[in-house]
This record gives sequence, C-alpha cells and structure tokens, in this order.
Amino acid sequence: MTRFITSSFSHLILLIGILIMVVPVWMIFASSTHTSSMINMNGLQMFLGDSFYENYLRVLLYQGGFFKEITALKMFFNSFIMATGVAILSVVTSLMAAYALVYYRIKYATLLFWIIFITILVPLELRIFPTYSVMAELNLVNSYFGLIVPISASAIATLFFRQFYKTVPDELLESAKLDGANTWRFFVDFLIPLSKTMIVAMLIFMFVFGYNQYLWPLLVTTSEQYWTVVMGLKMMSGSIVHRFAFVMMSMVPPILIIIVLQKYFIKGVFQDK
Amino acid sequence: MSFLDLKNVTKIYPNGTKAVHETSLSVDEGEFMVFVGPSGCGKSTLLRMVAGLEDITEGDINLDGKLINEVDPSERDVAMVFQNYALYPHMNVYNNLAYGLKNRGIDKETIEQKVNDAAKLLQISDYLQRKPSMLSGGQRQRVAMGRAIVRNPKIFLFDEPLSNLDAKLRIQMRLEIKKLQQKVGVTSIFVTHDQVEAMTLADRLAVINNGIIEQLGTPIEIYDNPKSLFVAGFIGSPQMNFLDGNIKNKTLSAEGFEIKDIDSDFEGEVKLGIRPEHLSQSENSLINLKVDLVEQLGSDNLVYGQLKDKKDFCYRCPGNLTIEKGADLSLNIENNKYYIFDKSTGKRVN
Repeated sequence: MTRFITSSFSHLILLIGILIMVVPVWMIFASSTHTSSMINMNGLQMFLGDSFYENYLRVLLYQGGFFKEITALKMFFNSFIMATGVAILSVVTSLMAAYALVYYRIKYATLLFWIIFITILVPLELRIFPTYSVMAELNLVNSYFGLIVPISASAIATLFFRQFYKTVPDELLESAKLDGANTWRFFVDFLIPLSKTMIVAMLIFMFVFGYNQYLWPLLVTTSEQYWTVVMGLKMMSGSIVHRFAFVMMSMVPPILIIIVLQKYFIKGVFQDK
Repeated sequence: MSFLDLKNVTKIYPNGTKAVHETSLSVDEGEFMVFVGPSGCGKSTLLRMVAGLEDITEGDINLDGKLINEVDPSERDVAMVFQNYALYPHMNVYNNLAYGLKNRGIDKETIEQKVNDAAKLLQISDYLQRKPSMLSGGQRQRVAMGRAIVRNPKIFLFDEPLSNLDAKLRIQMRLEIKKLQQKVGVTSIFVTHDQVEAMTLADRLAVINNGIIEQLGTPIEIYDNPKSLFVAGFIGSPQMNFLDGNIKNKTLSAEGFEIKDIDSDFEGEVKLGIRPEHLSQSENSLINLKVDLVEQLGSDNLVYGQLKDKKDFCYRCPGNLTIEKGADLSLNIENNKYYIFDKSTGKRVN
C-alpha cells in the first residue's frame, strides 16, 4: 500500500512536470491554428482551430526580412546546411584529433589534449570579434563556409572519442598491424566501426548545437539570403499566429533527428553495449 | 644459419629497465620452441621483439635469412595469437580470418578458399557468420588460431594463448595446438608460464629468468639435467625438494643424513635437490618423513610432511599405497638421482 502511495506520488510529480513543459508548447501550437483576429480578441487558445494549412503555408512562403529576400523555407534550408556542416565537420575533426592524440607518439600529448579541452572555457561569444575579423579577411562573410567552420572544432567530442580510444585494447592495434593494416586502415577499419554509436551521438549533439547558433550567424551574415531559423525567430515580423506557426516549425528538425536516432544517442553517450 | 636467429638481442625500456639481457638463440625450420619462465621474466618481450611490436635495443634478429630489425610488423610475415585473442569485435569470424589476406591484396576467390580451408581444419566452419562476442572461449581461441594459419606465415607466435581457458579446455587446446603445428609444420614460438604446457608442447624449451635464458634444451634434457637451482625448481610438478647441506671431502651432510662419495669436487655450502618422484620407501632409510597430508590423485599419491628439522618435504608414491596421516616414513633416493647446487651461485655442481 505504501508502495502504491509513493509511486503514485512520484508519478504525480512527473505528470506536473510534464504539464508545465508541454502545456505552453501546446498552447502555442493550438493558437497557431486559429486566425489572428480570433487570438487578438480572445487570447491564447487551448483547442485546435481550422486555419492550420493557411497559416503554416503562408509562413513558409512569405517573403520576410527588411528587403523581402527570404522565406521561412529558405531559412530552414540554411539552418539545415549549417547544422549538418557543423555536425559532420566537427565529428570528423575530433575523430582525427583524438586518433592522433591517442595513437601517435606525440610528445606532451596529454598536455596538448588539455589545451584543447580548455577551449571549452572559451566560448564563441568570447572570441567573436577576432573570429569575425579572420572570416572577414578571408572573404568568408556571407557564405555557408563562414557560418560553419569557426564553430566546427569540438573539444567535447574530442574528449569523448579520446576516452573511448583509450579503452580499445592495445592487442587490437598490434593484431591489426600483424595483419598488415597501416595507421589509416586501422582508423578506418577498426576505430570508426567500433565508435559507430558514439559518432551518431556526436552527430546529433553537434547538429543541435549548430542549429541553435544565434549570435554567430547574426554577425557573419549581412545578406538576408543566409538567415537561419533561429535568427528568423527574432527577425520575424507579421501577425501573432504566423509567429507562433514559425516557432512551432523551428522545433521540428532537432526533435525529428533525436526521435529517429535516439537509440544510437543513448547507446553512444552511455556506452551501453 | 638457422631459420630464426637471435643474436645478442637486448631490450632496455626507456625508463632504464633491462627486460632482456644479451640473448642468442636459434630456432630451426618447423621447430616448436617454448619460452617458459615466471611472469615478468622477459619471455613475452622477447616474443614481441620477434613480432616487431617492441623495438630491439641491441642485437640482430634474422628470419629466413633476412635481417628484420627494422622491418615493419606488417611486412615480417609473422602471425601471433594473443592471450586475450584480440579478435576484431565488429567483424564476423569470416572477416576476422580474411582481414589479413584482404590487406595483402589477394583476390576474393582465393581468400574464400583459404578461409574455408582454415575453418575446416579448426572445425569452425559453422560459426563463420557469427561475431566473436557470440562464441565461447574455446571457439574464440580457434578463431584466433585460424587467423594465424590462414595467412600461411613464416612463423607462429603464441603469447600465453591458453591462460584464459578453463583447465579442461586448456588441456584439449594444448593437444590441438601441438597436432596442428605438426600438421601445418610451421615454425612456432610459444610463450607460457605453465611448465606443464611447456613440457608437453615443446620440441625445445628455453627456461628464462630475469631476462636471461637459464637453460635451453629438449624438455626431457631439462627435466633430467637441470643446470641451475632456478631451472630445477621451475620444471617439474610437484616442485623439487631442496635441502640445505654442506660438502666436505666428497661427503654431503644435510640435516639428519649423509651421502658419501658424491660425484663432485665442490666444497662448501650447497642446496641438495631431490624430486618427489625419485624417492621410495626402504629399510636402510636416508630421510625420515613425518606425514602431514596426503593428496590422492588416483594414479599417484602426493605425500606432504616434515623432516626432523621441520623442513617441508614432498614424496610422490604410487596410488595403490595407503599412507596415513601422522605416519613415519623412511625414504631412500632412487638410483642416486639427486642434484647438488652451489648455494651462492645456484649453479649445478654434480
């Protein structure tokens, strides 16, 4: 009996927590399916209206911005390019950095690693002016390359891969060597397949990280052509229902990617084999 | 020049530890050589230098007439079976076997042929599609051997491959390794700390201690004729009994008894070694043993007890003799099979 009470009680707390998180999102979604005059008169709505297609289609195709050069669809495209670029580039660089740190006979490899690790304490916002000036010198302002590259070296991912490589038994490398594998083959045939789940987990992490960038895209893009979704949230003008619809849509890509890949994500982060 | 030649091979680790002292050794083609010694004696290091996994500090290693000191392990054409097998966890058994061949650019049909042949030889054909994690210890061991065989290397290196198996499987795999080696006829070096494994597998045996080969010879030579205290104590199970003694005028006096007319001119402090199996009960006794414990193995009994001076002593007798705990036995050394070692240097003196 007491067990029933305690478990009901903890479920109650969880339920309240879920409601606190879900209800506002639901209200935004429900409201975004009404007409703006309805919202203006009656406030936020708890139930679905019938303007879903009308509102969402308009938001996707509406020419926004000061110069009317960009649609929400284009922003999604930009965000997708940026997030994917950041995810792939940072995973590739950190895989290789970790490989070099663990398997090559580098003097002071541990020290080097900690120097890399310390960069976590130096977020992009802190180095944003020098980074901008580098990009400007290289003529990379207003380009996808400029959006992606400066945030594509991840100390966290390097840490993850390094710690994993350190658990790979030496005999595996030795055995592979005797089987005629060179350093590149060992990397491709052994370490990459063995860290598959971890790679997926890091891809998700970095995708969401890239997708959520706000300040950097804001600085490095002056042309509306390169606006991303998160920038658009701020820049978006128009009626309240359209903004709501845009907010709802902006949540979809990260949620989608986590739902599809969550199996790998949990395995990779918690090393659950 | 023999097939594998080690000349004054030395290993000094960067921290200054000398793991292998100037060691020279030659292994003939098709020979099964076993390195045996306690853990940390340098036997694995020696093996890994042959494989190319450790740098050679000094000396030369020649394989099949070619100096291989600077040759990369992947080009040495040696195969190694590791203690924990080091199977590739993400590849199935087939790919585990085929990987080395693929890296050598061999065409697909030949690889398939070779893998299937090796699998048949080792009776692992049914598991080719399985991952190593789905195999038992014995099966993994076979896959590890298959990976070595399939490449048809110049030399097999075994680094304590049986120590992760349970006792029964170990004996079975030991037999199979020996049979397989005779069938395939590949030169092999086998590292172990288990003297029974060493005795049963070896054509020739190198007993290694503190980075030095103490004695090299066939198993029976080493058993019958140990050249040092260490070898005498290490080879043979149960261990040889050692008693303190003193030689004067060709007479050895130990606690409680004397042996006259010994075959040695040595004088001074010695250790007398007697194997438990070289004793028998007799009237004109030399040694009096008070029995503490009897281990009945069926075919034999191992009798443990103490001599007059409370020294532990072991006697091995046929299993049909019944010996009670607490009994007093009078024992004699059969056929004068005893060994005398200089107490200070450990060298054999008779």
